[in-house]
Amino acid sequence: MIIKGKVWRFGDNIDTDLIIPARYLNTSDPKELAAHCLEDANPEFVRKVQPGEIIVAGKNFGCGSSREHAPLTIKAAGIACVIAVSFARIFYRNAINIGLPILEAEEAVREVREGAVLEINLEEGKIIHVETGRVYRAAPFPGFMQEIITAGGLIPYVRSRLSR
Amino acid sequence: MAMTMTEKILAAHAGKKEVKPGELIKARVDLVLGNDITAPVAIKEFAKIGTDQVFDRERIALVPDHFTPNKDIKSAEQAKILRDFARQYGIVHYFEIGRMGIEHCLLPEQGLVGPGDLVIGADSHTCTYGALGAFSTGVGSTDMAAAMALGEVWLKVPPSLRFHYYGSLPPWVGGKDLILYTIGQIGVDGALYSAMEFTGEAVSALTMDDRFTMANMAIEAGAKNGIFPVDEKTLAYIEGRLKRSYKVYQSDPEAEYAKEYEFDVSRLEPQVALPHLPENVRPVSEVTGVYIDQVVIGSCTNGRIKDLREAAEILKGRKVHPEVRLIVIPGTQEIYLQALQEGLVAIFIEAGGVVSTPTCGPCLGGHMGIMARGEKAVATTNRNFIGRMGHPESEVYLAGPAVAAASAVKGRIAHPKEVLGNDH
Ligand code: SF4
Repeated sequence: MIIKGKVWRFGDNIDTDLIIPARYLNTSDPKELAAHCLEDANPEFVRKVQPGEIIVAGKNFGCGSSREHAPLTIKAAGIACVIAVSFARIFYRNAINIGLPILEAEEAVREVREGAVLEINLEEGKIIHVETGRVYRAAPFPGFMQEIITAGGLIPYVRSRLSR
Repeated sequence: MAMTMTEKILAAHAGKKEVKPGELIKARVDLVLGNDITAPVAIKEFAKIGTDQVFDRERIALVPDHFTPNKDIKSAEQAKILRDFARQYGIVHYFEIGRMGIEHCLLPEQGLVGPGDLVIGADSHTCTYGALGAFSTGVGSTDMAAAMALGEVWLKVPPSLRFHYYGSLPPWVGGKDLILYTIGQIGVDGALYSAMEFTGEAVSALTMDDRFTMANMAIEAGAKNGIFPVDEKTLAYIEGRLKRSYKVYQSDPEAEYAKEYEFDVSRLEPQVALPHLPENVRPVSEVTGVYIDQVVIGSCTNGRIKDLREAAEILKGRKVHPEVRLIVIPGTQEIYLQALQEGLVAIFIEAGGVVSTPTCGPCLGGHMGIMARGEKAVATTNRNFIGRMGHPESEVYLAGPAVAAASAVKGRIAHPKEVLGNDH
């Protein structure tokens, strides 16, 4: 899958309370949640984000609570991919399980600025900075994650196992 | 091959003789947990699997604790999804309001977790049960849905880090101070993807309630799980509670640790984590100039009976500062009742505090003590992220129950000694 979009930058340790504050978690409707995506970190973001755009963040993205609402909210806000130096482990699992593309690419995070346009080849883990032509490589997914991704997420994966 | 206790538990649940860090395993789960925020999403995903039964009606726990007793119509609808699901599938361990508690205080108390268990929960603080010598970790709602259907979870075996605490604990220094200090040393991603194993004489000296507090906050260092050796205190705790058989695993002396830390606790002061990360830790004496508006004593970190006793010892016969609101939230109905019978509730009320029914409440900014712009709280909870207890411009200072109670009296962050004098 090829993703092409503009970059929104965020810092280190973006926690799940910043991604979607718990005060909105009395619902689990992704559309309602998306209206508050990252609003405490950058109020502009949710007003201006366009479908297909990309988040680039520092280390430990998605730390804190296990709420799957966090990747769901980011996905529902239209974000096509999150690139970070590292992800907190539950967020990582959740993103894979629900089909939000994520990539660990430290070099890209170091060099890419807000507003830059990236073209991402997910299968190859290749990130191209469209303006400069610079190519970055993302860390490959561990094998079992790849199986889940190929199945289209954890639920289709479980469904196929149960029917076997 | 020598293994850590985390590795041994994972191997046993994967049906293997041994496992190594980094290895991917499919493990059998002893218990799957969900709450009123995460379970509705899991239940929706479970429906998509298209099975008409759960893997085991007795190995799923559903606890409506976050926005309950329900604060509004939307949260009532969420809680109802759990209730309906529990009835439809005959879930044995569904805990209704009036019989519930904050999940991580409740499950050990109700004897649903024992040494050697493998527990997953759609809540990040599921790591709490490591205090009992179990492997337990937080996962997402979709993981929970899959585990409810299959009784299994995919896991990557984490490398283990060993945290060894020696020396004897000074007065008013407990599990919360040890874990805050540790996170202050290693940072909020200092144990990312890893197992934190807590050992040493200072840890053996801790009560079970203090150990729950420490294991609870392993996630705040990014860890997959926190775990304690099983000793006579552990066995005394599960005695009369645990309904299942259990198995004690011990780390081999030659087991490999990715890193080992040693801390001398003899001179440790009570610790406080400043906004907005649990790693911004200072000794309490460095932050006594911070004036506060609210004190919250409760949560899955410090809502247990030992915590309430400690707070009551400081508040007994004293008054909460006129400009401070004290909110005390016992972790479960059983703890609440015990606090009532021991006279602790009376102490809190006479001091000018409120005592709430068990709920997560303000810990996650849900209800029961939300802060306005610019307000500051000392809380015995586990996260001080931006907006965690209300307005994005409010601030949370994390501390143990003794510092929280002393701060409630003084109206600013305070060492318990400032209230009680040095002879305590
Ligand atoms: S008390 Fe706080 S940290 Fe614990 S489960 Fe509830 S919301 Fe989460």
